[in-house]
Amino acid sequence: MKVSYYPGCTLKTKAKHLEDSALASMAALGVQIRELPRWNCCGAVHSLADDDLIHHVAPVRDLIRAMDEGSDHLVTLCSMCYNTLARANLIMRDDEVKRKTINDFMTEEHDYHGEVQVNHLIAFLRDTIGWDNLRAKVKVPLGGMKIASYYGCTLVRPKNVAIEPVAGQIMNEFVETLGATPVDFSANTVCCGSYQVLAHPESVADVVGRILQSASDAGAEALILSCPLCEYNLLKNQDKLLRSGQIGRRMPVFYFSQLLAMALGLGPESYRPDLSDAASVEFLKSKNFSVESAAMRG
Amino acid sequence: MSAPKQVATGDRAILPEGARTIPIFVMGKRYEVPETLTIMKAMEYAGFKFLRGAGCRGGICGACPTVYRKEGDYKLYFGLACQTVVEPNMYLAQIPFYPANRQLYDIEKIEPLADAVHALYPEVFRCVACNNCSKACPMKVEVLDYISAIKQGDLARAAKLSFDCIQCGMCASRCMGELPQYHIAQLVRRLYGKYIQPRAEHLTKRVAEIESGKYDAMLEGLQKMGHAELEKLYKEREREPDMIALGTWMPKDVSHL
Repeated sequence: MKVSYYPGCTLKTKAKHLEDSALASMAALGVQIRELPRWNCCGAVHSLADDDLIHHVAPVRDLIRAMDEGSDHLVTLCSMCYNTLARANLIMRDDEVKRKTINDFMTEEHDYHGEVQVNHLIAFLRDTIGWDNLRAKVKVPLGGMKIASYYGCTLVRPKNVAIEPVAGQIMNEFVETLGATPVDFSANTVCCGSYQVLAHPESVADVVGRILQSASDAGAEALILSCPLCEYNLLKNQDKLLRSGQIGRRMPVFYFSQLLAMALGLGPESYRPDLSDAASVEFLKSKNFSVESAAMRG
Repeated sequence: MSAPKQVATGDRAILPEGARTIPIFVMGKRYEVPETLTIMKAMEYAGFKFLRGAGCRGGICGACPTVYRKEGDYKLYFGLACQTVVEPNMYLAQIPFYPANRQLYDIEKIEPLADAVHALYPEVFRCVACNNCSKACPMKVEVLDYISAIKQGDLARAAKLSFDCIQCGMCASRCMGELPQYHIAQLVRRLYGKYIQPRAEHLTKRVAEIESGKYDAMLEGLQKMGHAELEKLYKEREREPDMIALGTWMPKDVSHL
């Protein structure tokens, strides 16, 4: 099995803590995932228009790059990239007419028929490494942490690319494997508002308030996710929501991979508290994790 | 087979007897031109005079991009008129300039960060990775790859990937996202050159040595030499042997080091 890694643009700019923590963890687990030497934007949003094939060209080109590398798996960390790549992959695998049109347009590339399998890292962890294996490598069990797993939309919708049929299991298993206590909450797949934050910031603040309060009411101390846009929306609105009383307290937010790196005993240069917000850093301190930033560079 | 007809070569305006010519179409009009000429020479042969759209004639200035099609082929082709040899029945037009937004910035005041580039050219995010830019590049620059690197914030990679760009603008002419790729790349290379690329410290040191007058006496000595003495010195100079391992050779006379 050869695995290529697709980072996505945001992981190289605004979400370095998602990438750094995941790559350090994979190295610690002894799993080699190599970043594609050439890749472009995943397309960011899957186009639903039936005849708008040009917007599938970006993810398909990335899939071709993975195929050309000889890889049979393409692993992503960002939920959004996972979603666009996985959905474009299904079109190329299952829709003969669209496949031909897209392949004919990309005359400079090899024809593609869905040869590569797209995986999100969390599913890859379960299926390739296995929870028992992972548990054996945990050095600093996150005992006492009550963690709510927020899926958002793109990990679980639509059904044909969902990382599990009904959201709630895989992330909870992950949290449990790291020694923490999973907290179920009803808003775990409510949309964070996504790009509506630009045109309708008030509606996004409202929905974020509901999500955070739901997690808080369920007893969560912190929340994990895997999407930089969800992270942005969930963090950015907390001041305002606190002032308006829509949430009772600040909710620390982490990428799932930050928790993974912490549990594997890696240092702050891997889980990057320097890129987290103040409330999340305070949470780490209260759990005796180093938030020292002196060692962090890059 | 009969003896081959004489082939027209070089830039002679007068065809030798029996030289072969081929038809080309410049902006839709048919011309018979000598078969071995470049597009630029062929157009001049046909009577065109370049007031604009001819610069270095050496394939580097980017003034003479030409777009052409071949008979019976749906594809668009791009080349520099001064470098591309004519083919029978090619349809061509020159595009000496293509309008594309170029932002104003003070290189002293902007930071070498992806955010700065994204703020000046937010349209990079309109790229759909169609790759028409790379297909249109007469210098075979992987334009899509450097635009991707810019989106990913890797300015050093973008600067290196775009190094061969000659600013002809053909990428922008074909972009469905309406990006001015070549202007964005120029900004990135400027940031790279000024802030990211390591300084050549040995050069600074050497310039300081020269300015301090360290080599003045040597230069004066050379200037005072007669022709014969200078020639002898040149012929008997010590020379680093070819293919010798790096850092293993020293001249016998180290007084100039």
